[in-house]
Amino acid sequence: MYDFTPMIDSITGYLNGVFTPFWAGLISMVMLGVVLLTVYAVLGLYLVFAERKICARMQNRLGPNRVGPFGLFQTIADLIKLLLKELIFIKNADNFLFNIAPFIVIIASIMAIGSIPFAKGLQAIDLNIGVLYILAISSMGVIGILIAGWASNSKYSVIGAMRSGAQVISYELSVGLALLCIIVYAGSMQFSEIIASQEDGWWIFKGHIPAFIAFVIYLIAGTAETNRGPFDLAEAESELTAGFHTEYSGIKFAFFFLAEYMNMFVIAAIATTLFLGGWLPFHLFQWAGFNHVMDYIPPVFWFFAKTAFVIYLMMWFKWTFPRLRIDQLLALEWKYLLPINLINLILISFLTLMQWHF
Amino acid sequence: MEETLMDIDLKDKEEYIVNMGPQHPSTHGVLRFETCLQGEKVKYIIPHCGYIHRGIEKMCEKLTYPQLLHLTDRMDYLSAHINNEAVSLCVENAMGIEVSDRVKYIRTIFAELTRIASHQLWWSAFGMDLGALTTFFYGLRDREKILDIFEETTGTRLIQSFITPGGLMADVHPNFQRRIKEFITYFRKKLPEYDQLLTGNIIFRERTKGIGVMSKELAIDYGVTGPSGRGSGFHCDIRKIAPYSAYPFVKFNEIIFPEGDTYARYLVRMKEMWESLNVLEQLVDNIPQGQIMLELKAIKAPKGEYYQRVETARGELGVYIVSDGGPSPARMKFRTPNFSNLFIINKIASGHKIADLVAISGSLDLVIPDIDR
Repeated sequence: MYDFTPMIDSITGYLNGVFTPFWAGLISMVMLGVVLLTVYAVLGLYLVFAERKICARMQNRLGPNRVGPFGLFQTIADLIKLLLKELIFIKNADNFLFNIAPFIVIIASIMAIGSIPFAKGLQAIDLNIGVLYILAISSMGVIGILIAGWASNSKYSVIGAMRSGAQVISYELSVGLALLCIIVYAGSMQFSEIIASQEDGWWIFKGHIPAFIAFVIYLIAGTAETNRGPFDLAEAESELTAGFHTEYSGIKFAFFFLAEYMNMFVIAAIATTLFLGGWLPFHLFQWAGFNHVMDYIPPVFWFFAKTAFVIYLMMWFKWTFPRLRIDQLLALEWKYLLPINLINLILISFLTLMQWHF
Repeated sequence: MEETLMDIDLKDKEEYIVNMGPQHPSTHGVLRFETCLQGEKVKYIIPHCGYIHRGIEKMCEKLTYPQLLHLTDRMDYLSAHINNEAVSLCVENAMGIEVSDRVKYIRTIFAELTRIASHQLWWSAFGMDLGALTTFFYGLRDREKILDIFEETTGTRLIQSFITPGGLMADVHPNFQRRIKEFITYFRKKLPEYDQLLTGNIIFRERTKGIGVMSKELAIDYGVTGPSGRGSGFHCDIRKIAPYSAYPFVKFNEIIFPEGDTYARYLVRMKEMWESLNVLEQLVDNIPQGQIMLELKAIKAPKGEYYQRVETARGELGVYIVSDGGPSPARMKFRTPNFSNLFIINKIASGHKIADLVAISGSLDLVIPDIDR
C-alpha cells in the first residue's frame, strides 16, 4: 500500500535524465547523506530526551520541562552548550588518536543506519548481506573506544576501554548467533527478504519458543554491545568516573554520547526488523477487517513504534538494575548465553529442516 | 612519615597505582584511596584522610560547652542530632544533673528519626555505587518526610543543634506526634519497595554476597562498630550494652548477622530501619510532660575526666572530656565510628575487583568529615 520504491525511482530517473550518470550518482549520494545525517541528528537528540523523560518517570521526577513545551528543546540547548564548550587538550596524550577516536565511533553508527529499512523502498542501501554488514560495522565502534581509552593517557580510561573491548568481543558472538537463528528461518541475509518472509507472521510469533529465546538473548547481548546499563562497565561512573571518555569534553564528548544512543537505536531497529516484522503492520489471524485497518497505518509509523518499544525495554532495565561486575559479565556470556544460543540454533535448524515452523 | 605506595617498589611490572579520590564519585567526599591494581584486581589499598580536617577537637578547647555543640554537628552530618546528644550527655553526667523524662523521650525520638534518615541516604548512595541509579530518588523521596518533621520543630533540616546540655532548645511543634505517626504508616508501606527494587535483584545479590567478608575477630581488632560490626556478628549496639536516654524504656532487637559480607551489612541496615520504626511507635504516644530545659546558672564540668558513648547511625561515638573546672574543656577527644570503620578496608577489599572496592566502601557507610573531624 505504502510503497516508496516508485518515489525513489522517479527521483533517480529525473536525476539521470537531467545530468550525466556521474553527476546524477554524486547528487543522489549527497542527498542521501544529508537526509541520513538529519535523521541521525534528530533521532539522537530525541532519544536523549526520551531517555531523560523515561528515567524521570521511573524515579518520581518530572525530567526536563523548562526549555520549550514539555522540555522538547532541552537536548537542543544541551547540544548548543556542548558545541560552544572549550575542547581540553590533554598533556602527554596521543593527540592524533585522541582526536580521531570520536569520529571512528560516530562513523560506525552512521554507516549502520544506512542499511536499516524504515519502510518498503525507504532504505539507503539494500545489501544482500545486510545482517553481516550490520554486525561488521557495529563492531567497528569498539576500535574507537579502545583508541579513546589508550590515547587519553589516563588509567581510568584504559581500564574502561579494556573492559569495553572484552565485553564487545564476547557479546558479538551472542548477537551474531541470535541473528543467525532468524537467518536460518528466513533463509536470507537481505533485510527486504527477511521482512518479506514475515508477511504471514512475525518471526517472534511463528518461530516457536526458540525464536523468543533468540530475541531475549539478542536484547541482552545487544544492550551489552552498546555499553549501556546494566552492562555499562566501560563507563562505570561509580568506579571509573566516566571510563573511556573521562578526558573528553565539548563536542567530542557529545560524539560519544550521540553514538551510544544511535547504537541503541540500531540494535532496536535490527530487533524490530528481524524479530518483530520490521515495517509490517500488526495482523491478527484471519481477521480481515482488523488487518485491513492496520494496513492503513503507514509503515514508517509501525517501524518507529516497534523500535520505540524495544528501546523502552532497554531503558527500563537500564534504570532499574545495578551494574554487573566484569567477571560476572563475561561469565554470563561464555557460561550461559553462548551455550543456550548454540543449542537454540541447532533446535531452529532442526525445525527449519523439518518444515515445522508456520 | 606516612608511607605511600609510591615508596614501595613495584616488583610486578603489571601492577599500577590508581588514586581514587579525593574527587571521585564513589568516595562520598574528600577521601583518597591509593589503590594498587593488577588489571582489575585490587592488590593493596592505602586510605588517605585529612582533606577535610578542621581541627574540631582543638577548636573545642576555646569554646564553652553550649558553643562547641555546634561543631559536633559538622562531624557526622547525617547523625548530627546524635552527636549533640553524646556531648550533652557527657556534660550532664559530669555536672551530675538529670534531665526530665520528656527531654529523654524527645531526644530518643529525634535520634531514631536521624538513624532512619541516615540509613535511607546510605541505601540511596549504596545503590548508586552499584550502578542502580533509581535507588537514589526513592531514598531521598522518603528522607524528605523526616527532614520536614525536623524542620517543623527545629527550623533546620540537616544539622539541627537542637539539644543542649540540660535539655532541649525548645519544645516540640504541636504537629510533631501526628507527623511522626503519619510517617510510620507511610514508611512501613514504602520499605518493601526498597526490597523489591534492590534487595531481591539477582545482580545485586551476586554483587554483594560473599564480597568483603569481615570476620568477627577482625571487626573487634579494628574496632569496627555500628551496622558494619553487627554485620559480622559483633554484639556492639550501645543502645543495648549501655542504655542511655529513653532506651531503657523501650523494647527492640539488636540486629546481628553473622556472615560478615557486604550483603549482611546491607541487611543489618535494612532491618534497623524496621526496628527504629518500632522504637518510634513505642515512644511517640507516651511522651510525658516535664521541663524542657533545666535552669542552670552556668554550664561548667567539674575538674576531672569524663567519657560518654552513644550509638550513632554508623557506630559507637565516644566523647572524652578532660575538664579543669572551667566553662570550656581542657582537652576534648571524639572517638568517631567512621575513623575505625575506614581502615578495615585494606583487609577486606584487597584481592577483590575494583568494582567490589566501591561496593565494600559503600557498605561501610563512610561519612568523610567524621573521619577527619
